[in-house]
Amino acid sequence: MNKTAKVLSFPRLGNYHIPIAFFVRKVLQVEVLEPLPMTRRTLEVGAKYSPEFVCVPFKYNLGNFIEALERGANVLVQAGGGCRFGYYAEVQEQILRDLGYQFEFINIVPTAKITPWSIYKKFKEINYNLNILRFIYYFYLVFRMTKMMESMEKYIRENGGFATKEKSLITIYQQFLTSLNTTNSWSDLKRKYLRYNRLLKAIELDKPSDYLKIGIIGELYTAMEPFSNCDIETNLISKKIAVTRLTTVTYLVFDKLRNRRQIINAAGQYATYSLGADGTDNIARAKYFGEHGYDGIIHTKPFACTPEVDAMPILQKISRDYNIPILYLSFDAQTSEEGILTRIEAFYDMVKMRRDRNEKGLFRS
Amino acid sequence: MKKGYLGVDVGSISTKGVIIDSDNNIIAEDYLWTEGNPVVAVKQLLKNLLVKTRNKDLLVVAVGTTGSARKLVGTILNAQVIKNEITAQAIGTLELYPEVRTIFEIGGQDSKIILIENGIIVDYAMNTLCAAGTGSFLSSQAKRLGMHPEDFGKWAIRSKKPTKIAARCTVFAESDLVHKAQIGHKKEDIIAGLCRSVVLNFLNNVGKGKNIKPPIVFQGGVSKNIGVVKAFADITGEEIKVHKYGHLTGAFGVALLAKRANDEHCFDFNFVNMHFETKGIECMKCPNNCEIICVYKNNKIIDSWGNRCDNGAVLKQ
Repeated sequence: MNKTAKVLSFPRLGNYHIPIAFFVRKVLQVEVLEPLPMTRRTLEVGAKYSPEFVCVPFKYNLGNFIEALERGANVLVQAGGGCRFGYYAEVQEQILRDLGYQFEFINIVPTAKITPWSIYKKFKEINYNLNILRFIYYFYLVFRMTKMMESMEKYIRENGGFATKEKSLITIYQQFLTSLNTTNSWSDLKRKYLRYNRLLKAIELDKPSDYLKIGIIGELYTAMEPFSNCDIETNLISKKIAVTRLTTVTYLVFDKLRNRRQIINAAGQYATYSLGADGTDNIARAKYFGEHGYDGIIHTKPFACTPEVDAMPILQKISRDYNIPILYLSFDAQTSEEGILTRIEAFYDMVKMRRDRNEKGLFRS
Repeated sequence: MKKGYLGVDVGSISTKGVIIDSDNNIIAEDYLWTEGNPVVAVKQLLKNLLVKTRNKDLLVVAVGTTGSARKLVGTILNAQVIKNEITAQAIGTLELYPEVRTIFEIGGQDSKIILIENGIIVDYAMNTLCAAGTGSFLSSQAKRLGMHPEDFGKWAIRSKKPTKIAARCTVFAESDLVHKAQIGHKKEDIIAGLCRSVVLNFLNNVGKGKNIKPPIVFQGGVSKNIGVVKAFADITGEEIKVHKYGHLTGAFGVALLAKRANDEHCFDFNFVNMHFETKGIECMKCPNNCEIICVYKNNKIIDSWGNRCDNGAVLKQ
């Protein structure tokens, strides 16, 4: 296996495959196989070989790996986190080995702590000639790239529904994403960002002063990967709602680790100790949304996600205390969107009625 | 000629339809089994409604659809309003009970709780991923005990000491039930225990963390079961209101919404003689293989859905 060229692949999450693939190409100088867009087949093969009761991101990730191996990848990368996510790498590696695939498996978060230094050490194992300065340069560049993507996505979530020309914001953003692959330097990246960001902000908006605001909280994968949550963000945006979602990859990898104490403080009287994974963060966010006049909260989780199940009774209390409705959605390997769409439609109707009542008195004709 | 407004609620198990007049009175109603074929069920429903309104000099000017087949049926009926069943049921119930605060709804496949304040929905919850404690569970257990689901309630209220039956999961409930029957519990006690377990399941699942305040209205097909109504009253300690049209509130609500939509055009009952057909196609243009549903009216395609991207939309032409 050592004689063949290395082809690296990794699971997909939102649009993050773009900076990750870029980083690996520049730093490791190996061939990168970008994960294909998620399809029903991804989930089918993933679920087929997964333990029945594992959370659904495991099934998606495994599906991504199998599809990558079929397309010729031989180096797979997986991360980990502070819940069942921490076991993904070992279990997935073993499942794939049992299926008879030949590959190298890299777990970049073996100890549930991810730092630039730990990533560097892992990368050094793959590419012995890796220069630390090159690593730092590209690490910073990709960090900035990811931040730029996130800031544009944030703008789209908050304003996408109000563009006078439908979907015009997302079109510009797609062009920006396509242009990222050819980035060759820091100044080049900055130029691209300024150009597309200007185009984005130039789109005319028709945003009323009393627009509806919904916050999305929940487990990181189902909150960030549109395929896994029936693309609820786009659905809400198309209903002229400003959507806020605070979970991002840079938040999870950088901000979260630095601010552990602040997060528990932000949860106020609702949590004294950490709930594990993103439970505490979501309590703090629900409280924030309640305090800042949001019309509703949507909480997403894979079926049986323990940290989020733990957070739910506290979220119910916040919902009562701040009089803010919360819609709880559980996702698993189901492919029918109908049930989810029904619940979101009803949630939208409710939020709108609540708002109308506050403005016009009672709702009833 | 009077104006009428038609509301159709096509659920997983049953299909309901009402026609209301401009004063929101129900002029005609009908209820039948969907039996897995919503199009046929709706045709039959409309035939029945037509018979019931024959001498009433009525012109249906707006149509609304709700329930899990609302989109399909809404398309073929050319409905003005296609609304989810949560909103529709709340609107319907509010017309019957303007002062209602809590709505319990248990249907064939789903159960929901809707909280109302000053006449608007302020919170709701619906069962996810699991149909435990819904009508289909009760009717399958009725079959196991060798009786009609309709007689269930009568048996249940005879019981003095309901058997304890696991409420968490229908699979456990069923093995519990078999076990209790085999060791000699009385039939009426077991049935009352089942009704209790449905209620406990409902309150622990969809009702969890919700502020349940009276007046409480209980509706949906299961509300016709007096055993479950009694169990709800015993456990919550409140009076449970059940309307005689409790199973029709979805259809009633969406008829009201159709009326409020202010978009009137004459509805053609000739629909029942038209030929409707749906075909499922696999897109095959990418590995997602979206299942696209095409709806044909007299062999002409009128709509299609199910595609996740524009590649699949081409099939519409």
